[in-house]
Amino acid sequence: MAKLTFLTDNCKGCGLCVDACPKHILRLATDKINKKGHHPAEIIDQDACIACACCALMCPDVIITVEK
Amino acid sequence: MSEKVLMKGNEAIAEAAIIAGCRHYFGYPITPQTEIAAYMAKKMPKIGGTFLQAESEIAAINMVYGVSSAGLRVMTSSSSPGVSLKGEGLSYLAGADLPALIVNVQRGGPGLGGIQPSQSDYFQATRGGGHGDYHMIVLAPASVQEMAELTVKGFELADTYRMTSMILADGTMGQMMEPVALDDLRVNPMPAKPWATTGTGMKRPHNIVNSLFLQPEELEKFNFERYERYARIEETEALAEEYLMDDAEIAVAAFGIAARVSKNAIDEARKMGIKVGLIRPITLWPFPKAVFRKAADHVKSMISVELSMGQMIEDVRLAAECRVPVSLCNRAGGMIPSPDQVLAAIVSAAKGGH
Amino acid sequence: MVVFKKPHALTDAPFHYCPGCTHGIVHRLVAEVIDELGIEGKTIGIAPVGCSVMAYNYFNCDMIEAAHGRAPAVATGVKRANPDNIVFTYQGDGDLASIGMAETVHSAARNENITIIFINNAIYGMTGGQMAPTSLPGQVTQTSPYGRDVKACGYPIRVCEMLSELEGPEYLERVTVNSVPNIRKAKKAIKKAFQNQIEGKGFSLVEVISSCPTNWGMTPQAALKWIDEKMIPYYPLGVYKDRSAEKKEENA
Repeated sequence: MAKLTFLTDNCKGCGLCVDACPKHILRLATDKINKKGHHPAEIIDQDACIACACCALMCPDVIITVEK
Repeated sequence: MSEKVLMKGNEAIAEAAIIAGCRHYFGYPITPQTEIAAYMAKKMPKIGGTFLQAESEIAAINMVYGVSSAGLRVMTSSSSPGVSLKGEGLSYLAGADLPALIVNVQRGGPGLGGIQPSQSDYFQATRGGGHGDYHMIVLAPASVQEMAELTVKGFELADTYRMTSMILADGTMGQMMEPVALDDLRVNPMPAKPWATTGTGMKRPHNIVNSLFLQPEELEKFNFERYERYARIEETEALAEEYLMDDAEIAVAAFGIAARVSKNAIDEARKMGIKVGLIRPITLWPFPKAVFRKAADHVKSMISVELSMGQMIEDVRLAAECRVPVSLCNRAGGMIPSPDQVLAAIVSAAKGGH
Repeated sequence: MVVFKKPHALTDAPFHYCPGCTHGIVHRLVAEVIDELGIEGKTIGIAPVGCSVMAYNYFNCDMIEAAHGRAPAVATGVKRANPDNIVFTYQGDGDLASIGMAETVHSAARNENITIIFINNAIYGMTGGQMAPTSLPGQVTQTSPYGRDVKACGYPIRVCEMLSELEGPEYLERVTVNSVPNIRKAKKAIKKAFQNQIEGKGFSLVEVISSCPTNWGMTPQAALKWIDEKMIPYYPLGVYKDRSAEKKEENA
């Protein structure tokens, strides 16, 4: 099963991963604020993830680990 | 008795550098030091070394920065206007604590100036030459033999103290031909350089060669550490030759070609019964302050003989602690004081004038 | 099974770059290539002056911080000292194409066996958004507040095209990192630029059209779009020189 892990504290909330996801299952958590003061990225439907790693390829801060 | 060969000063520097283990030379053509580059261009390819004519003095000093980062002995040479261009690199070398040998075969300035010998880069050399708090070890040869010896010494001091050494010569010293005993040069083994960027080999944390420290406390700490090192150098490495100073009532201060001219004048003055001697700084930084301080105890006055508008004279006055008057005997712009001019200055000083 | 993780050649230090800045993507691509080629232990990176000045904190290989624009000269020294090292520079447009243009051109002319990663984002980022040698005609920056006036400031420099006129360089390619497919292509180019050095082929430069959302005054998303709409038309992507491929073709 595909699994995404975010190093949430290093996320700058740029949202590039959100746009890159072909399954549209990422979002910026507007209800959360990380240590840097950003709304961090998170996955809303882990089951729908296909582990394509597009989000990780796009992430400028290398905070995403993809497993399958 | 070792065998002597007849060599130009510039060539002696080049050959001595090779003897000292330098296998990388980067330069840019400028009169009157081009023989160094020409010599390296001929020799380096035959001994597996690098000679590279850089696109500018700026590029050359940064290539030096690269080789030094890799932990190897490296040099560049130029003349006054070219050394100004190297100023940026000299500051970065100092900031990153990198050893290297820089040769300045001085010519008259400012600006494009002329191509005749000069000593008017004394301030530039002894005060660092670029921006920021730092020094270079500055060596002033007065013979072709010394051009060779101080080149070896320059490399060794640079490695010992992790800083740049500069040979501050002039057009005359560079072009002059004299017999040299190269066999006499002794080279000590190079110290280990665990800080060098040669690749981690996946066996150690990465080394970083750097002069950027955005935290002022950190930058200050490095500056303090560097100046502690400088203090040690001032204590232990200052060198001067004293000539007929034991009973001297007048001290002539001169380095390089000016010292050679002065010696002739001093010999003449001695024949006239004037008690005059010479203090010839061999290291301009560290300045041999103790020798001048001691001389100030027994001389009545000092004369600074220079191929400039009077630069070393400031250090002479400081070292003599203003206890004796110091006068200037100089030519500038590529002119050299004659022995007669120096003799006249000595005679005038002996009469109490200055 | 891990499909994607941070490459070993990157340290754990978080990047100081602004949100959405593509420097981080290119750092990661370089590190991935270093990992894949197994060269971390013998690689020396040269950081520039500019936004990526602190790249020395981000790569696990030995690093040197160079003076502004002088990275190719420093790289030349390192490579000549230890030809077995793999030496790369990472430079921005102000560093490489303005103050360091002489070092760039001459290291290319010498076919110095080094790899240059050139970040072209059409602006001086670190100092707060001044006009770069690659700023587009009409582009508003802090020092071209009415838009870059080509009559007064001249035209932006196309580095790959200019260097391609030289006999020296082995490989010149312009890529971008504004989408997943483009990132994959960029990585291929970067890998080739390192591979060329390993094979002793010589000077390889990859120009990466990058974004600077902060100083362009855009969201990260809009900045990536601006690359497509404004940057690429002036700076077309593609291979500008590939001497080995040309030779192969000739032989065929």
